[in-house]
Amino acid sequence: MLQNPFAWPRVSPRFAAVWRRNVLVWRKLLGASLLGNLAEPLIYLLGLGYGLGNLVGEVNGRPYITFLAAGSLCSATMNAASFESFYSAFSRMHVQRTWDAIMNAPVSLEDVVAGELVWSATKACISGLAILIVAAAMGLVMTPLAAWVVLVVPLVGLAFAAPGLVVTACARGYDFFTYYFTIVITPMLFLSGVFFPLEQLPEVLRWAAYVLPLWHAVALVRPLMLGEVPPQLMLHVAVLVGYTVVCFYAAVVLLRRRLLA
Amino acid sequence: MAVLEAIELEKSYGGTAVVRGVSMAIDRGECFGLLGPNGAGKTTTLRLCLGLTEPDGGRITLNGYRVPVQARAARAAVGVVPQLDNLDPDFTVEENLLVYGRYFGLPPRRVRPRLPELLSFAGLEGRARSPIQTLSGGMKRRLTLARALVNDPDVIILDEPTTGLDPQARHLIWERLRQLAGRGKTLILTTHFMDEAERLCNRIAVMDGGRLIAQGAPRALIEQHVEPQVVEAYGDGVRDWAREEGARLSGRLEMAGDTAFCYTANGDALSASLDRRPGLRYLRRPANLEDVFLKLTGRELRD
Repeated sequence: MLQNPFAWPRVSPRFAAVWRRNVLVWRKLLGASLLGNLAEPLIYLLGLGYGLGNLVGEVNGRPYITFLAAGSLCSATMNAASFESFYSAFSRMHVQRTWDAIMNAPVSLEDVVAGELVWSATKACISGLAILIVAAAMGLVMTPLAAWVVLVVPLVGLAFAAPGLVVTACARGYDFFTYYFTIVITPMLFLSGVFFPLEQLPEVLRWAAYVLPLWHAVALVRPLMLGEVPPQLMLHVAVLVGYTVVCFYAAVVLLRRRLLA
Repeated sequence: MAVLEAIELEKSYGGTAVVRGVSMAIDRGECFGLLGPNGAGKTTTLRLCLGLTEPDGGRITLNGYRVPVQARAARAAVGVVPQLDNLDPDFTVEENLLVYGRYFGLPPRRVRPRLPELLSFAGLEGRARSPIQTLSGGMKRRLTLARALVNDPDVIILDEPTTGLDPQARHLIWERLRQLAGRGKTLILTTHFMDEAERLCNRIAVMDGGRLIAQGAPRALIEQHVEPQVVEAYGDGVRDWAREEGARLSGRLEMAGDTAFCYTANGDALSASLDRRPGLRYLRRPANLEDVFLKLTGRELRD
Protein backbone atom coordinates (compact mmCIF):
# COMPACT_ATOMS: atom_id res chain seq x y z
CA MET A 1 0.00 0.00 0.00
CA LEU A 2 1.59 3.26 -1.06
CA GLN A 3 1.47 6.33 1.12
CA ASN A 4 0.79 9.73 -0.33
CA PRO A 5 4.06 11.71 -0.27
CA PHE A 6 2.02 14.89 0.00
CA ALA A 7 0.06 13.69 3.00
CA TRP A 8 -0.24 16.16 5.85
CA PRO A 9 2.54 15.46 8.38
CA ARG A 10 1.46 13.61 11.52
CA VAL A 11 3.82 14.43 14.35
CA SER A 12 3.91 12.29 17.48
CA PRO A 13 5.14 13.33 20.95
CA ARG A 14 8.37 11.49 20.12
CA PHE A 15 9.59 14.68 18.44
CA ALA A 16 10.50 15.82 21.95
CA ALA A 17 13.17 13.11 22.15
CA VAL A 18 14.85 14.68 19.11
CA TRP A 19 14.62 18.12 20.72
CA ARG A 20 16.06 16.79 23.98
CA ARG A 21 18.99 15.24 22.17
CA ASN A 22 19.90 18.58 20.65
CA VAL A 23 19.56 20.31 24.01
CA LEU A 24 21.99 17.82 25.56
CA VAL A 25 24.58 18.40 22.85
CA TRP A 26 24.19 22.14 23.19
CA ARG A 27 24.76 21.95 26.94
CA LYS A 28 28.09 20.25 26.30
CA LEU A 29 29.27 22.94 23.92
CA LEU A 30 27.64 25.77 25.87
CA GLY A 31 30.56 28.17 26.01
CA ALA A 32 31.31 28.33 22.32
CA SER A 33 27.66 28.37 21.42
CA LEU A 34 26.74 31.26 23.66
CA LEU A 35 29.72 33.24 22.48
CA GLY A 36 28.77 32.79 18.87
CA ASN A 37 25.09 33.46 19.29
CA LEU A 38 25.28 36.42 21.60
CA ALA A 39 28.54 38.23 21.10
CA GLU A 40 28.05 39.11 17.46
CA PRO A 41 24.62 40.73 17.68
CA LEU A 42 25.65 42.57 20.83
CA ILE A 43 28.72 43.98 19.14
CA TYR A 44 26.57 45.12 16.24
CA LEU A 45 24.07 46.70 18.57
CA LEU A 46 26.66 48.58 20.54
CA GLY A 47 28.87 49.48 17.61
CA LEU A 48 26.15 50.68 15.28
CA GLY A 49 23.96 51.99 18.03
CA TYR A 50 26.50 54.29 19.55
CA GLY A 51 28.80 54.81 16.59
CA LEU A 52 26.17 55.39 13.94
CA GLY A 53 23.78 56.76 16.50
CA ASN A 54 25.98 59.75 17.13
CA LEU A 55 25.87 60.59 13.45
CA VAL A 56 22.22 59.88 12.89
CA GLY A 57 20.84 61.42 16.01
CA GLU A 58 17.18 60.63 16.50
CA VAL A 59 14.82 58.41 14.57
CA ASN A 60 11.11 59.07 15.00
CA GLY A 61 11.81 61.04 18.14
CA ARG A 62 13.98 58.44 19.88
CA PRO A 63 17.74 57.84 19.98
CA TYR A 64 18.98 55.64 17.14
CA ILE A 65 20.15 52.92 19.50
CA THR A 66 16.61 52.53 20.83
CA PHE A 67 15.38 52.19 17.27
CA LEU A 68 18.11 49.71 16.44
CA ALA A 69 17.58 47.48 19.48
CA ALA A 70 14.38 45.95 18.13
CA GLY A 71 15.96 45.42 14.73
CA SER A 72 18.99 43.77 16.27
CA LEU A 73 16.79 41.48 18.31
CA CYS A 74 14.89 40.30 15.25
CA SER A 75 17.92 39.88 13.07
CA ALA A 76 19.77 37.96 15.80
CA THR A 77 16.77 35.67 16.16
CA MET A 78 16.65 35.20 12.41
CA ASN A 79 20.36 34.45 12.12
CA ALA A 80 20.37 31.97 14.99
CA ALA A 81 17.37 30.11 13.59
CA SER A 82 18.87 30.05 10.12
CA PHE A 83 22.31 28.88 11.21
CA GLU A 84 20.88 26.08 13.29
CA SER A 85 18.44 24.86 10.65
CA PHE A 86 21.11 25.03 7.96
CA TYR A 87 24.51 23.98 9.20
CA SER A 88 23.63 22.00 12.29
CA ALA A 89 20.63 20.22 10.83
CA PHE A 90 22.53 19.45 7.64
CA SER A 91 25.43 18.02 9.65
CA ARG A 92 23.06 15.78 11.54
CA MET A 93 21.10 14.74 8.49
CA HIS A 94 23.81 14.21 5.93
CA VAL A 95 27.25 14.02 7.50
CA GLN A 96 26.72 12.27 10.83
CA ARG A 97 23.66 10.33 9.66
CA THR A 98 22.07 11.03 13.04
CA TRP A 99 18.61 11.24 11.50
CA ASP A 100 19.06 7.74 10.02
CA ALA A 101 19.92 6.39 13.45
CA ILE A 102 16.89 8.09 14.99
CA MET A 103 14.55 6.81 12.30
CA ASN A 104 15.62 3.24 12.97
CA ALA A 105 13.74 3.71 16.24
CA PRO A 106 9.98 4.31 16.36
CA VAL A 107 10.46 7.95 15.39
CA SER A 108 9.16 9.08 12.02
CA LEU A 109 10.65 11.63 9.65
CA GLU A 110 7.93 14.11 10.64
CA ASP A 111 8.94 13.73 14.27
CA VAL A 112 12.58 14.39 13.41
CA VAL A 113 11.76 17.48 11.34
CA ALA A 114 9.45 18.82 14.04
CA GLY A 115 12.12 18.23 16.69
CA GLU A 116 14.71 20.07 14.58
CA LEU A 117 12.28 22.91 13.90
CA VAL A 118 11.50 23.44 17.57
CA TRP A 119 15.18 23.15 18.49
CA SER A 120 16.25 25.79 15.94
CA ALA A 121 13.51 28.04 17.28
CA THR A 122 14.78 27.37 20.83
CA LYS A 123 18.30 28.43 19.84
CA ALA A 124 16.84 31.51 18.21
CA CYS A 125 14.95 32.36 21.40
CA ILE A 126 18.14 32.29 23.42
CA SER A 127 19.67 34.89 21.12
CA GLY A 128 16.59 37.07 20.95
CA LEU A 129 15.92 37.04 24.67
CA ALA A 130 19.55 37.78 25.45
CA ILE A 131 19.37 40.94 23.33
CA LEU A 132 16.17 41.88 25.13
CA ILE A 133 17.84 41.51 28.50
CA VAL A 134 20.87 43.52 27.41
CA ALA A 135 18.65 46.22 25.93
CA ALA A 136 16.70 46.40 29.17
CA ALA A 137 19.93 46.59 31.14
CA MET A 138 21.08 49.46 28.94
CA GLY A 139 17.91 51.32 29.70
CA LEU A 140 16.57 51.09 26.16
CA VAL A 141 13.37 49.38 27.24
CA MET A 142 11.20 51.32 29.65
CA THR A 143 7.79 49.79 29.22
CA PRO A 144 6.04 46.70 30.60
CA LEU A 145 4.60 46.01 27.16
CA ALA A 146 8.06 44.77 26.21
CA ALA A 147 7.36 41.61 28.23
CA TRP A 148 5.19 40.47 25.32
CA VAL A 149 8.33 40.23 23.23
CA VAL A 150 9.04 37.03 25.16
CA LEU A 151 6.11 35.44 23.33
CA VAL A 152 6.94 36.95 19.96
CA VAL A 153 10.53 35.71 19.86
CA PRO A 154 9.63 31.98 19.68
CA LEU A 155 7.23 32.71 16.85
CA VAL A 156 9.94 34.57 14.94
CA GLY A 157 12.32 31.68 15.58
CA LEU A 158 9.87 29.19 14.12
CA ALA A 159 9.13 31.42 11.15
CA PHE A 160 12.80 31.40 10.16
CA ALA A 161 13.67 27.85 11.20
CA ALA A 162 11.01 26.38 8.93
CA PRO A 163 12.27 27.96 5.67
CA GLY A 164 15.76 27.03 6.82
CA LEU A 165 14.79 23.37 6.88
CA VAL A 166 13.34 23.70 3.37
CA VAL A 167 16.73 24.91 2.15
CA THR A 168 18.50 22.14 4.05
CA ALA A 169 16.23 19.60 2.40
CA CYS A 170 17.57 20.74 -0.98
CA ALA A 171 21.20 21.29 -0.03
CA ARG A 172 23.90 19.07 -1.49
CA GLY A 173 26.68 20.52 0.61
CA TYR A 174 27.49 23.31 3.03
CA ASP A 175 28.26 25.72 0.19
CA PHE A 176 24.64 25.71 -0.87
CA PHE A 177 23.68 27.78 2.15
CA THR A 178 25.84 30.64 0.96
CA TYR A 179 23.29 31.22 -1.81
CA TYR A 180 20.53 31.64 0.72
CA PHE A 181 22.51 33.97 2.94
CA THR A 182 23.63 36.15 0.06
CA ILE A 183 20.43 36.23 -1.98
CA VAL A 184 17.80 36.11 0.73
CA ILE A 185 18.99 36.86 4.25
CA THR A 186 21.31 39.79 3.63
CA PRO A 187 18.99 41.75 1.30
CA MET A 188 16.09 41.03 3.64
CA LEU A 189 18.12 42.57 6.45
CA PHE A 190 18.21 45.89 4.64
CA LEU A 191 14.66 45.78 3.38
CA SER A 192 12.86 45.16 6.63
CA GLY A 193 13.28 48.15 8.86
CA VAL A 194 16.09 46.66 10.91
CA PHE A 195 18.68 49.42 10.52
CA PHE A 196 16.49 52.25 9.28
CA PRO A 197 12.77 52.91 8.98
CA LEU A 198 10.96 51.31 6.09
CA GLU A 199 9.85 54.73 4.92
CA GLN A 200 13.42 55.41 3.73
CA LEU A 201 12.95 52.82 0.99
CA PRO A 202 11.34 53.55 -2.36
CA GLU A 203 7.73 52.36 -2.54
CA VAL A 204 8.46 49.40 -4.80
CA LEU A 205 11.03 47.92 -2.42
CA ARG A 206 8.70 48.30 0.51
CA TRP A 207 6.47 45.68 -1.09
CA ALA A 208 9.32 43.22 -0.87
CA ALA A 209 9.38 43.82 2.88
CA TYR A 210 5.67 43.12 3.22
CA VAL A 211 5.93 39.61 1.82
CA LEU A 212 9.05 38.64 3.76
CA PRO A 213 8.86 37.55 7.39
CA LEU A 214 11.55 39.80 8.89
CA TRP A 215 9.56 43.00 8.47
CA HIS A 216 6.61 41.44 10.27
CA ALA A 217 8.83 40.41 13.14
CA VAL A 218 10.21 43.93 13.43
CA ALA A 219 6.70 45.38 13.15
CA LEU A 220 5.72 43.37 16.22
CA VAL A 221 8.83 43.79 18.34
CA ARG A 222 9.68 47.47 17.84
CA PRO A 223 6.32 48.92 18.95
CA LEU A 224 6.28 46.60 21.97
CA MET A 225 9.77 47.69 22.99
CA LEU A 226 8.79 51.32 22.59
CA GLY A 227 5.62 50.92 24.64
CA GLU A 228 2.93 50.73 21.96
CA VAL A 229 0.58 47.98 20.85
CA PRO A 230 1.61 47.02 17.31
CA PRO A 231 -0.85 48.21 14.67
CA GLN A 232 -2.07 45.32 12.48
CA LEU A 233 -0.99 42.88 15.19
CA MET A 234 -2.98 39.94 13.83
CA LEU A 235 -1.69 40.43 10.30
CA HIS A 236 1.92 40.20 11.42
CA VAL A 237 1.28 37.18 13.61
CA ALA A 238 -0.59 35.50 10.75
CA VAL A 239 2.32 36.00 8.35
CA LEU A 240 4.80 34.46 10.80
CA VAL A 241 2.50 31.55 11.55
CA GLY A 242 1.91 31.13 7.81
CA TYR A 243 5.63 30.94 7.06
CA THR A 244 6.06 28.35 9.84
CA VAL A 245 3.24 26.09 8.73
CA VAL A 246 3.77 26.26 4.98
CA CYS A 247 7.52 25.80 5.18
CA PHE A 248 7.28 22.96 7.69
CA TYR A 249 4.97 21.15 5.31
CA ALA A 250 7.26 21.85 2.34
CA ALA A 251 10.30 20.65 4.28
CA VAL A 252 8.57 17.40 5.20
CA VAL A 253 7.50 16.73 1.60
CA LEU A 254 10.98 17.46 0.25
CA LEU A 255 12.71 15.39 2.91
CA ARG A 256 10.37 12.46 2.31
CA ARG A 257 11.52 12.50 -1.29
CA ARG A 258 15.18 12.89 -0.34
CA LEU A 259 15.48 10.38 2.48
CA LEU A 260 12.63 7.91 2.12
CA ALA A 261 12.01 7.56 -1.59
CA MET B 1 4.41 -17.31 13.79
CA ALA B 2 6.26 -15.23 11.26
CA VAL B 3 8.12 -12.31 12.76
CA LEU B 4 8.75 -10.83 9.33
CA GLU B 5 6.81 -11.66 6.24
CA ALA B 6 7.51 -10.11 2.85
CA ILE B 7 5.44 -10.98 -0.20
CA GLU B 8 6.45 -10.10 -3.75
CA LEU B 9 8.41 -6.98 -2.88
CA GLU B 10 9.25 -4.64 -5.73
CA LYS B 11 11.39 -1.52 -5.70
CA SER B 12 12.95 0.54 -8.48
CA TYR B 13 15.24 3.51 -8.38
CA GLY B 14 15.26 5.75 -11.42
CA GLY B 15 13.92 3.10 -13.74
CA THR B 16 16.25 0.33 -12.53
CA ALA B 17 14.61 -2.52 -10.62
CA VAL B 18 16.58 -3.05 -7.44
CA VAL B 19 14.27 -5.52 -5.70
CA ARG B 20 12.22 -7.89 -7.83
CA GLY B 21 9.54 -10.17 -6.52
CA VAL B 22 11.26 -10.89 -3.20
CA SER B 23 9.26 -13.10 -0.84
CA MET B 24 10.43 -14.45 2.49
CA ALA B 25 9.08 -15.44 5.89
CA ILE B 26 11.17 -15.46 9.02
CA ASP B 27 10.01 -17.21 12.18
CA ARG B 28 10.68 -16.37 15.80
CA GLY B 29 14.06 -17.51 17.04
CA GLU B 30 15.56 -17.97 13.58
CA CYS B 31 18.86 -16.57 12.49
CA PHE B 32 18.20 -15.65 8.90
CA GLY B 33 20.82 -14.44 6.45
CA LEU B 34 20.34 -12.51 3.25
CA LEU B 35 23.44 -13.29 1.24
CA GLY B 36 24.61 -11.61 -1.91
CA PRO B 37 27.23 -9.39 -3.52
CA ASN B 38 27.29 -5.59 -3.32
CA GLY B 39 24.44 -4.14 -5.30
CA ALA B 40 22.24 -7.21 -4.99
CA GLY B 41 19.50 -5.26 -3.22
CA LYS B 42 20.02 -6.52 0.34
CA THR B 43 20.11 -3.15 2.07
CA THR B 44 17.11 -1.94 0.08
CA THR B 45 15.20 -5.07 1.11
CA LEU B 46 15.98 -4.36 4.77
CA ARG B 47 14.91 -0.74 4.44
CA LEU B 48 11.64 -1.88 2.91
CA CYS B 49 11.06 -4.31 5.76
CA LEU B 50 11.70 -1.59 8.34
CA GLY B 51 9.33 0.82 6.63
CA LEU B 52 12.08 3.32 5.85
CA THR B 53 11.33 3.17 2.12
CA GLU B 54 8.10 2.73 0.18
CA PRO B 55 7.87 -0.44 -1.88
CA ASP B 56 6.63 -0.14 -5.43
CA GLY B 57 4.76 -3.39 -4.96
CA GLY B 58 4.16 -6.19 -2.48
CA ARG B 59 3.37 -6.25 1.21
CA ILE B 60 5.35 -6.48 4.41
CA THR B 61 4.35 -7.47 7.92
CA LEU B 62 6.83 -6.94 10.76
CA ASN B 63 5.98 -8.04 14.31
CA GLY B 64 2.36 -8.27 13.25
CA TYR B 65 2.22 -4.69 11.98
CA ARG B 66 1.75 -3.69 8.35
CA VAL B 67 4.76 -1.78 7.13
CA PRO B 68 5.17 1.08 6.21
CA VAL B 69 1.73 2.16 7.38
CA GLN B 70 2.40 1.11 10.99
CA ALA B 71 6.17 1.22 10.76
CA ARG B 72 6.58 3.22 13.97
CA ALA B 73 4.76 0.61 16.02
CA ALA B 74 6.61 -2.22 14.28
CA ARG B 75 10.01 -0.71 15.04
CA ALA B 76 9.27 -0.38 18.76
CA ALA B 77 10.30 -3.99 19.33
CA VAL B 78 13.10 -4.11 16.77
CA GLY B 79 16.79 -3.32 17.16
CA VAL B 80 18.71 -2.14 14.11
CA VAL B 81 22.46 -2.29 13.49
CA PRO B 82 23.10 -0.29 10.32
CA GLN B 83 25.89 -0.82 7.84
CA LEU B 84 27.57 2.50 8.51
CA ASP B 85 28.03 3.49 12.13
CA ASN B 86 25.94 6.52 13.00
CA LEU B 87 26.81 6.96 16.64
CA ASP B 88 26.55 10.47 18.05
CA PRO B 89 30.07 11.94 17.97
CA ASP B 90 29.07 14.63 20.46
CA PHE B 91 28.24 12.11 23.18
CA THR B 92 30.13 9.60 25.29
CA VAL B 93 29.50 5.86 25.14
CA GLU B 94 26.90 5.82 27.90
CA GLU B 95 25.25 9.02 26.71
CA ASN B 96 24.76 7.43 23.30
CA LEU B 97 22.88 4.57 24.94
CA LEU B 98 20.79 6.81 27.18
CA VAL B 99 19.82 9.21 24.41
CA TYR B 100 18.85 6.36 22.12
CA GLY B 101 16.52 4.93 24.74
CA ARG B 102 14.48 8.13 24.63
CA TYR B 103 13.58 7.50 21.02
CA PHE B 104 11.76 4.39 22.24
CA GLY B 105 9.99 6.33 24.97
CA LEU B 106 12.42 4.98 27.60
CA PRO B 107 13.58 7.75 29.94
CA PRO B 108 17.19 7.57 31.18
CA ARG B 109 16.11 6.23 34.58
CA ARG B 110 14.79 3.12 32.81
CA VAL B 111 17.93 2.62 30.74
CA ARG B 112 20.56 3.50 33.33
CA PRO B 113 20.13 0.30 35.41
CA ARG B 114 20.80 -1.72 32.25
CA LEU B 115 23.95 0.18 31.31
CA PRO B 116 26.39 -2.22 33.05
CA GLU B 117 24.82 -5.17 31.25
CA LEU B 118 24.85 -3.40 27.88
CA LEU B 119 28.43 -2.18 28.30
CA SER B 120 29.56 -5.63 29.34
CA PHE B 121 27.85 -7.12 26.29
CA ALA B 122 29.71 -4.64 24.13
CA GLY B 123 32.98 -5.36 25.93
CA LEU B 124 33.23 -1.69 26.83
CA GLU B 125 33.22 -1.84 30.64
CA GLY B 126 35.21 1.05 31.99
CA ARG B 127 34.64 3.06 28.82
CA ALA B 128 31.27 4.46 29.77
CA ARG B 129 32.56 8.02 29.79
CA SER B 130 34.78 7.71 26.72
CA PRO B 131 34.07 9.95 23.75
CA ILE B 132 33.17 8.11 20.58
CA GLN B 133 36.24 9.39 18.75
CA THR B 134 38.51 7.36 21.03
CA LEU B 135 36.92 4.05 20.05
CA SER B 136 38.30 1.77 17.38
CA GLY B 137 36.16 0.55 14.49
CA GLY B 138 35.45 -2.73 16.22
CA MET B 139 34.48 -0.99 19.46
CA LYS B 140 32.13 1.31 17.61
CA ARG B 141 30.44 -1.63 15.96
CA ARG B 142 30.04 -3.37 19.32
CA LEU B 143 28.58 -0.21 20.78
CA THR B 144 26.18 0.05 17.85
CA LEU B 145 25.12 -3.52 18.57
CA ALA B 146 24.59 -2.70 22.26
CA ARG B 147 22.65 0.40 21.27
CA ALA B 148 20.34 -1.76 19.19
CA LEU B 149 19.51 -3.68 22.39
CA VAL B 150 18.52 -0.63 24.42
CA ASN B 151 14.81 -1.35 23.99
CA ASP B 152 15.32 -5.08 24.67
CA PRO B 153 14.01 -6.06 21.25
CA ASP B 154 12.96 -9.54 20.20
CA VAL B 155 14.07 -8.95 16.63
CA ILE B 156 17.48 -7.60 15.68
CA ILE B 157 18.20 -6.56 12.12
CA LEU B 158 21.82 -6.17 11.07
CA ASP B 159 23.11 -4.82 7.78
CA GLU B 160 26.57 -6.26 7.07
CA PRO B 161 27.57 -6.46 10.73
CA THR B 162 31.25 -7.30 10.25
CA THR B 163 32.19 -5.47 7.07
CA GLY B 164 35.36 -3.48 7.62
CA LEU B 165 36.36 -5.25 10.84
CA ASP B 166 39.55 -7.16 11.50
CA PRO B 167 39.37 -10.90 12.28
CA GLN B 168 39.40 -10.55 16.09
CA ALA B 169 36.60 -8.02 15.98
CA ARG B 170 34.60 -10.19 13.60
CA HIS B 171 34.85 -13.20 15.87
CA LEU B 172 33.77 -11.18 18.84
CA ILE B 173 30.70 -9.90 17.02
CA TRP B 174 29.85 -13.42 15.88
CA GLU B 175 30.14 -14.68 19.43
CA ARG B 176 27.82 -11.94 20.66
CA LEU B 177 25.31 -12.70 17.93
CA ARG B 178 25.36 -16.36 18.88
CA GLN B 179 24.65 -15.32 22.47
CA LEU B 180 21.65 -13.33 21.32
CA ALA B 181 20.39 -16.23 19.24
CA GLY B 182 20.85 -18.42 22.30
CA ARG B 183 18.54 -16.12 24.24
CA GLY B 184 15.82 -16.73 21.69
CA LYS B 185 16.15 -13.49 19.76
CA THR B 186 15.34 -13.45 16.08
CA LEU B 187 18.29 -12.26 14.02
CA ILE B 188 17.99 -11.04 10.46
CA LEU B 189 21.24 -10.09 8.80
CA THR B 190 22.61 -9.26 5.40
CA THR B 191 26.13 -10.10 4.43
CA HIS B 192 28.36 -10.65 1.47
CA PHE B 193 30.64 -12.88 3.53
CA MET B 194 29.75 -16.45 2.73
CA ASP B 195 31.62 -17.77 5.78
CA GLU B 196 29.64 -15.48 8.05
CA ALA B 197 26.35 -16.72 6.64
CA GLU B 198 27.45 -20.31 7.02
CA ARG B 199 28.60 -19.82 10.59
CA LEU B 200 25.71 -17.86 12.00
CA CYS B 201 22.56 -18.56 10.07
CA ASN B 202 20.25 -21.51 10.26
CA ARG B 203 18.54 -20.38 7.09
CA ILE B 204 19.73 -18.18 4.27
CA ALA B 205 18.48 -16.68 1.06
CA VAL B 206 20.85 -15.93 -1.78
CA MET B 207 20.15 -12.66 -3.53
CA ASP B 208 21.48 -11.48 -6.85
CA GLY B 209 20.31 -8.71 -9.14
CA GLY B 210 17.33 -7.99 -6.90
CA ARG B 211 16.00 -11.56 -6.93
CA LEU B 212 16.14 -14.40 -4.44
CA ILE B 213 17.72 -17.25 -6.32
CA ALA B 214 17.86 -19.84 -3.52
CA GLN B 215 16.57 -20.29 0.02
CA GLY B 216 17.30 -22.92 2.64
CA ALA B 217 19.63 -24.09 5.37
CA PRO B 218 23.31 -23.57 4.45
CA ARG B 219 24.19 -27.26 4.58
CA ALA B 220 21.15 -28.19 2.56
CA LEU B 221 21.94 -25.61 -0.11
CA ILE B 222 25.49 -26.86 -0.40
CA GLU B 223 24.41 -30.48 -0.70
CA GLN B 224 21.71 -29.56 -3.15
CA HIS B 225 23.69 -27.41 -5.52
CA VAL B 226 27.35 -28.38 -5.53
CA GLU B 227 29.61 -31.39 -5.23
CA PRO B 228 30.91 -32.12 -1.71
CA GLN B 229 34.59 -31.32 -2.30
CA VAL B 230 36.60 -28.71 -4.12
CA VAL B 231 40.23 -28.78 -5.23
CA GLU B 232 41.66 -25.40 -6.21
CA ALA B 233 44.82 -25.70 -8.28
CA TYR B 234 47.13 -22.91 -9.45
CA GLY B 235 50.64 -22.38 -10.72
CA ASP B 236 52.54 -22.59 -14.00
CA GLY B 237 50.90 -24.96 -16.41
CA VAL B 238 47.63 -25.34 -14.55
CA ARG B 239 45.62 -24.85 -17.72
CA ASP B 240 47.48 -27.63 -19.46
CA TRP B 241 46.97 -29.91 -16.50
CA ALA B 242 43.29 -29.02 -16.39
CA ARG B 243 42.85 -29.84 -20.03
CA GLU B 244 44.88 -33.03 -19.89
CA GLU B 245 43.85 -34.55 -16.58
CA GLY B 246 41.85 -32.25 -14.37
CA ALA B 247 38.65 -32.17 -16.40
CA ARG B 248 38.58 -35.93 -16.66
CA LEU B 249 39.02 -36.46 -12.92
CA SER B 250 36.47 -33.85 -11.79
CA GLY B 251 32.71 -33.86 -11.75
CA ARG B 252 32.94 -30.25 -12.91
CA LEU B 253 35.92 -28.02 -13.62
CA GLU B 254 35.96 -24.28 -14.02
CA MET B 255 38.82 -21.90 -14.74
CA ALA B 256 38.64 -18.59 -12.95
CA GLY B 257 41.59 -16.44 -13.91
CA ASP B 258 44.64 -18.62 -13.25
CA THR B 259 42.97 -20.99 -10.82
CA ALA B 260 41.28 -24.26 -11.66
CA PHE B 261 38.27 -25.05 -9.47
CA CYS B 262 37.60 -28.78 -9.52
CA TYR B 263 34.29 -29.89 -8.03
CA THR B 264 34.13 -33.55 -7.17
CA ALA B 265 32.60 -36.12 -4.89
CA ASN B 266 36.01 -37.38 -3.84
CA GLY B 267 39.22 -35.46 -4.36
CA ASP B 268 41.70 -38.32 -3.88
CA ALA B 269 42.33 -38.83 -7.57
CA LEU B 270 42.82 -35.12 -8.13
CA SER B 271 45.23 -34.85 -5.20
CA ALA B 272 47.24 -37.71 -6.55
CA SER B 273 47.36 -36.18 -10.00
CA LEU B 274 48.45 -32.80 -8.66
CA ASP B 275 51.08 -34.30 -6.35
CA ARG B 276 52.80 -35.59 -9.47
CA ARG B 277 53.10 -32.02 -10.85
CA PRO B 278 55.75 -30.14 -8.85
CA GLY B 279 54.98 -26.79 -10.46
CA LEU B 280 51.40 -26.74 -9.26
CA ARG B 281 50.04 -25.99 -5.80
CA TYR B 282 46.59 -26.89 -4.66
CA LEU B 283 44.08 -26.50 -1.85
CA ARG B 284 41.56 -29.20 -1.08
CA ARG B 285 38.51 -28.25 0.94
CA PRO B 286 34.82 -29.00 1.46
CA ALA B 287 32.41 -27.06 -0.73
CA ASN B 288 30.95 -23.91 0.80
CA LEU B 289 28.33 -21.29 0.11
CA GLU B 290 30.60 -19.33 -2.15
CA ASP B 291 30.72 -22.31 -4.48
CA VAL B 292 26.94 -22.46 -4.37
CA PHE B 293 26.74 -18.78 -5.14
CA LEU B 294 29.17 -18.95 -8.04
CA LYS B 295 27.36 -21.89 -9.49
CA LEU B 296 23.96 -20.25 -9.26
CA THR B 297 25.08 -16.95 -10.68
CA GLY B 298 27.53 -18.41 -13.16
CA ARG B 299 30.02 -15.62 -12.68
CA GLU B 300 33.30 -17.36 -13.15
CA LEU B 301 35.32 -16.71 -16.27
CA ARG B 302 35.47 -19.72 -18.50
CA ASP B 303 38.21 -20.48 -20.95
